[in-house]
Amino acid sequence: MPHTKGPHLVRGARPLGGDPVDLLFVDGLIAETGSGLQAPEGAQIVDATGLIALPGLVDLHTHLREPGREDAETVASGSRSAAMGGYTSVHAMANTDPVADTAGVVEQVWRLGREAGYCDVRPVGAVTVGLAGEQLSEIGAMADSAAQVRVFSDDGICVWDALLMRRALEYVKAFDGVIAQHAQEPRLTEGAQMNEGCVSDRLGLPGWPAVAEEAIIARDCLLAQHVGSRLHVCHVSTKGSVDIIRWAKERGCDVTAEVTPHHLLLTDDLVESYDPIYKVNPPLRTAEDVQALREGLADGTIDIVATDHAPHPVEAKETEWSTAAMGMVGLETALPVVQRTMVDTGLLTWAQVADRMSAAPARIGRVSGHGRGLAVGEPANVVLYDPEAPVDVDGAAMATKSSNTPFRGMTLPGRVRATFLRGAPTVLEGKIN
Amino acid sequence: MGSADPAPDPDAPEVPEGTRAVLDGNELNRALTRIAHEVLERTKGGQHVTLLGIPSRGVPLARRLARRIERVEDLSVPTGSLDITMYRDDLRLAPARALGRTEIPAGGLDDRVVVLVDDVLFSGRTVRAALDALGDLGRPRAVQLAVLVDRGHRELPIRADYVGKNLPTSLRESVTVRLDETDGHDAVLLGPSRPSPANTLKGGLKGGLRSGSPDSSPATTEGDD
Amino acid sequence: MRHLLSAGDLSRDEATLVLDTAAELAQVGDRSVKKLPTLRGRTVVNLFYEDSTRTRTSFELAAKRLSADVINFSAKGSSVSKGESLKDTALTLQAMGADAVVIRHSASGAAHRLANWVDGSVLNAGDGTHEHPTQALLDAYTMRDRLGRLDGLRVAVVGDILHSRVARSNVLLLTTLGAHVTLVAPPTLLPVSVHTWPCEVSYDLDEVLPKSDVVMMLRVQAERMRDSFFPSVREYSRNYGLDGERLNRMPAEAIVMHPGPMVRGMEISAEVADSPRCTVTEQVANGVSLRMAVLYLLLGGS
Repeated sequence: MPHTKGPHLVRGARPLGGDPVDLLFVDGLIAETGSGLQAPEGAQIVDATGLIALPGLVDLHTHLREPGREDAETVASGSRSAAMGGYTSVHAMANTDPVADTAGVVEQVWRLGREAGYCDVRPVGAVTVGLAGEQLSEIGAMADSAAQVRVFSDDGICVWDALLMRRALEYVKAFDGVIAQHAQEPRLTEGAQMNEGCVSDRLGLPGWPAVAEEAIIARDCLLAQHVGSRLHVCHVSTKGSVDIIRWAKERGCDVTAEVTPHHLLLTDDLVESYDPIYKVNPPLRTAEDVQALREGLADGTIDIVATDHAPHPVEAKETEWSTAAMGMVGLETALPVVQRTMVDTGLLTWAQVADRMSAAPARIGRVSGHGRGLAVGEPANVVLYDPEAPVDVDGAAMATKSSNTPFRGMTLPGRVRATFLRGAPTVLEGKIN
Repeated sequence: MGSADPAPDPDAPEVPEGTRAVLDGNELNRALTRIAHEVLERTKGGQHVTLLGIPSRGVPLARRLARRIERVEDLSVPTGSLDITMYRDDLRLAPARALGRTEIPAGGLDDRVVVLVDDVLFSGRTVRAALDALGDLGRPRAVQLAVLVDRGHRELPIRADYVGKNLPTSLRESVTVRLDETDGHDAVLLGPSRPSPANTLKGGLKGGLRSGSPDSSPATTEGDD
Repeated sequence: MRHLLSAGDLSRDEATLVLDTAAELAQVGDRSVKKLPTLRGRTVVNLFYEDSTRTRTSFELAAKRLSADVINFSAKGSSVSKGESLKDTALTLQAMGADAVVIRHSASGAAHRLANWVDGSVLNAGDGTHEHPTQALLDAYTMRDRLGRLDGLRVAVVGDILHSRVARSNVLLLTTLGAHVTLVAPPTLLPVSVHTWPCEVSYDLDEVLPKSDVVMMLRVQAERMRDSFFPSVREYSRNYGLDGERLNRMPAEAIVMHPGPMVRGMEISAEVADSPRCTVTEQVANGVSLRMAVLYLLLGGS
């Protein structure tokens, strides 16, 4: 591990955006908080004047690409990217090659994460063998493995078979797991390239209708309630989905949902450039959808922000639109985008940001040791964020191995200054430590 | 009615500041009449003559010449227009230009005595382009050139067969022909050189084409040779 | 504008200039020497990823009549079919000194992408189901030539609007030029947001025909039937095909257009296709003049 473990005294940080205090980290824990703390011998002092302290962020939806696509990202490069974004824990999606559908693969990813040491990597297990949607993978073995998998997803592909979905929802009850569904009705989205609407019609690109997402979410909510299991909805992207999830929660369904930073900010008219940097699944939607997603995140209908960090090599994006890969990197821009779309707009307080980006995702993923707040005695997983340090986004300057950020050329309002994983700085002064 | 001492005429069109009329309307028309007679003489009665005006102001000049020849000889002269834009040697120096009209009289040009008609002879490049264009349209028996004004400064070995007025000029001067058909009155003006608005379309298809026929541009021919 | 990517990029003045220029250049086809020296020393590349002998030949002839050097770079049998990316192909053409690239591609937006990678002009000769601007221009030219005007002209476009790049370009261009467009198709073959387009929509051909100066029939591929866009060829043809009887319900001067290739017996009957009111061959001839005009206006100046 590259970073130093000794005591760290953070001076003048504002926990959850509150009044400035000092935070002392010793032996991986938050040892003391208060003003004018005495630095113990050998402690490194971090000046955090003006910085906001949040619990280390937890991402429930990250593509680390290893094994199989190490040209796009590795567990090591992806976890460095996570640390740069303020994350102390990420969930590595199962659509690797080979697919993370056995205990062997999830343990390998988990071990690679520990060796890298920049954040805790929690593998997500595939729901079905090879993501083929036909046969349940060995979910129990993955749950019992060293990786302790609790989140299962065929992300990228929808578990479209209603019966298979029912069985998966039922099966994970045995170990308090959750099925994270990529809601996409396959027949309604054959060949789909972007949100179906005015822009797709004008551009002559096959559309991905909102109903293809909403119909699956509605079905899955009903199924989850019927079998009494937990459902998590990945990357909600439409106004209708927010309405359905709100309705499902009201009738007592144990459903949680995530929204990505890009769906909180970007709209489908960006596709008019035909630049595949804006190609993603689910697609960018309309301004009306963006507004509904922000409101849903604010009122708790949508529980968390998850990045869907999806690195791709340059050649996968430097093509005509229809052959380009879908996905965007997002770990290093998530918090600034949330600041811009949710905090600067008055929709969320910093304490609520800590909930949506740390506590709630840790709870859904059953990640112990993360998302626990900034009280004395808790693990010192902390991010120091400067909300008044605008940054011009440049994919090439990021820690991720890929550079496919849709925010390139934009100015985002803040940046992560430091990230601590169990008291050790993984990022200091905005650089990997 | 000379130009020597022009009395202020309330109906006379305004002459822009710094320019002076070197031919007024009457003089211009007398020059055309003389050219018509010369064409008849030189072509032995004008039986085989076809007049081709070079857009924009060569076209009305060619029609006027045709009318004069018809009046003298009771002879119908085939008259048309020949746009030389596509044959210019300076196309790549300016954005794409709108095309003028090319109308070849029925019967074609083969074995005709083609008289090219233009307003101002300057560098000779327009005439060079017109000769190239003619070569693609047929095989005239002979090609002759009639111009209202020859202002000198040739850049090619070309001379006019019929000249309305030889006008020694400096390169810092501009010669402007105005015709009733295109400008509302007849005159030839000499003035200081102006930046050429020419017939170019600003930007061509490459930046907001200004449509607009050549005729809508100011009545200058300098640099448009 | 350095490129012609979308018919929507043209203002009314620009579009009119293209048509006027084409009208002048149409004479070249009647001359003894069918060639102008204008683009001497310029290189035009025809980059065709889809087979389209008609469009490729039209561009080739247009470029040659302007004395440009023409290179036909078809996807088949070239490095393209060996997996070379569009970007690498673009850079290759760039290195060869192409002044213009005429691109036909099955992917919507391919011409837009190409324009990012080459310095020369890019002419969209049809990209996926997006646009085909020179087709729309030659259609407008043909209408103006036959009927004397475009302003106020009533044009019905009939058929597979959803998948038609010709329809998209025509709606944009004809609207710009002051014509009134009505799209006629079964609802399955219309885009979901068609009500936001600057045109009328009808599901009833028989109601639209008597009020149309032009009816433009689009090709309907039989394979659409397999994807349930319509139940059968017979039913499609009965409701949306143009036969002699329907033609007789149109105003006396009205014309029938088709971008080709026609599927006789599907969207158009042989009787109509062969009628003097059908302008298919004129459209082909006008296509050459029109493409000369576009090449000249893009490449002829500085």
